[in-house]
Amino acid sequence: MSTPTIPSFEPVALVPPVREEYERSPEPLQDVAVEAPLPFGKRLSNQTWLRKALIALVLIGIWEAAARAVGNDLLLPTFTDTLTAFVQGIWSGELIAKTAISLSVLLRGYLLGVVLAFVLTSLAVSTRFGRDLLSMLTAMFNPLPSIALLPLALLWFGLGTGSLLFVLVHSVLWPLALNTYSGFQSVPETLRMTGRNYGLKGLRHVLLILVPAALPSILAGLRVGWAFAWRTLIAAELVFGASSGNGGLGWYIFQNRNELYTDRVFAGLAAVIVIGLVVEHLVFDTFERLTVRRWGVQR
Amino acid sequence: MHECTAMAANPTVLYPPPGSSDSPATSAKLLTVDNVSLEYRTRERIVRATHEVSFDVYGGDRFVLLGPSGCGKSTLLKAVAGFIEPTAGSIRIDDKPVRGPGTDRIVVFQEFDQLPPWKTVLQNVAFPLRVGKKLSRAEARERALHFLDKVGLTAFADAYPHTLSGGMKQRVAIARALAMQPRVLLMDEPFAALDALTRRKMQEELLRLWDDASFTLLFVTHSIEEALIVGNRILLLTPHPGRVRAELNSHQFTKDSAGRTDFQQSVARIHRLLFEDTEAVQ
Repeated sequence: MSTPTIPSFEPVALVPPVREEYERSPEPLQDVAVEAPLPFGKRLSNQTWLRKALIALVLIGIWEAAARAVGNDLLLPTFTDTLTAFVQGIWSGELIAKTAISLSVLLRGYLLGVVLAFVLTSLAVSTRFGRDLLSMLTAMFNPLPSIALLPLALLWFGLGTGSLLFVLVHSVLWPLALNTYSGFQSVPETLRMTGRNYGLKGLRHVLLILVPAALPSILAGLRVGWAFAWRTLIAAELVFGASSGNGGLGWYIFQNRNELYTDRVFAGLAAVIVIGLVVEHLVFDTFERLTVRRWGVQR
Repeated sequence: MHECTAMAANPTVLYPPPGSSDSPATSAKLLTVDNVSLEYRTRERIVRATHEVSFDVYGGDRFVLLGPSGCGKSTLLKAVAGFIEPTAGSIRIDDKPVRGPGTDRIVVFQEFDQLPPWKTVLQNVAFPLRVGKKLSRAEARERALHFLDKVGLTAFADAYPHTLSGGMKQRVAIARALAMQPRVLLMDEPFAALDALTRRKMQEELLRLWDDASFTLLFVTHSIEEALIVGNRILLLTPHPGRVRAELNSHQFTKDSAGRTDFQQSVARIHRLLFEDTEAVQ
């Protein structure tokens, strides 16, 4: 029988030696750089716009290659064709006029939706009844696609801007109200108490404490609402233009499809995309940089 | 019971009320908490946080509520602030019953998110002066700068809170509260989220500010040492529900007395009052 070998330590004394104490007074750093700029390549790749532009170029490249491979400009015009149609549309003023019509309807509907969402959520944070009302209404109407309400809207408001505004408000109101309300809900209790401590009540409490504190969520809601509004508007205009005989971008797309100007259809779609990008990056991103990022509440 | 009842008179002499020259100047009663019971509601049950708690705070006091977690001391402070209504008993300040939150009782919370992140340090201090005290922009700014100077943060006036350290954020909150010049300053474990070194420094600074600006303080803590250093009078509460265990004096201790034998004895005594005796009773 061999006893299992247990790995054992050598019996050493576990008393550390007593070492000398010392004190130092660090001298000022002379030639050590505390900060240094990043190398040029790193700084370049840190530019978001540069990376995004690269993505756009790659997408355009794929498009161009696919269109040349298909070789049928009725089905898929090339990027260069589309660009030409786009420039021509702008040059002749037609595209700009159509865009202006669409944008003016869009902005009116959007603002109306924002105001209504604010009223609803303010009611929801201040009363229990308002809270139930909001949760009921959003649960009922948020799943309804706006465009499904269009026939009804046409019946009520006739063929014109009224119907468009109705479906626009519907598309903006619910997602924005949901986001805003969840933002209000997540405002820390301490911050609410701080506000009440200074005698803030009711609307002043909502405006001075809740809205800025919930701004990240509200901004997310505004972005979603903006996208929904665009979609709804273009889809609705495809049906009947903006106001009798005076159509917007959707109408422009629809008409040119009927006349088989596929490059102009693409130019119209491009206009929607360009406006979306511009609003996203110039308006929303700038606003975000000036507010929530500056305050350190969102990265 | 305890000898301390014999020394119950407020030892701190501050701001004698004008016209009362008959007695050696001591301050008058400022805040009265009388038989206050507090409850909070969860989904299933009603929980009693404190049961028939009474104490008086005099002008210039640094009154400490001390007790183990779950003794309802923070709830008591929130009731004094007006955020919670007592189920029984009354809270009176200057002999007027407390109804809801007000600018005569400003709270400094433990959490760092008490500072609105969308306001700079200066705007944070000036904000309640504008909305609560209705001062003009210039007046609010001037007063805010004055109190920022007192807590040593003038250089950070234009910084946003997220760029500050925890200790600096609490300094801003203290400056903001002092600038409002409340009747009572309420502090709810204001240094509990700070590291030990910063906490010690903040205690010293608070005492310096008190020497300088002389305010009345109601301070909640769960640290016996902090209670002895910061307070001049300590109310001990038992856990679940909070009831008064003792009221002790600690005005004889300063920030430098932590090593003294009588300080250590007081720590031991409070420890015994809070834990050993109640365990024996239970």
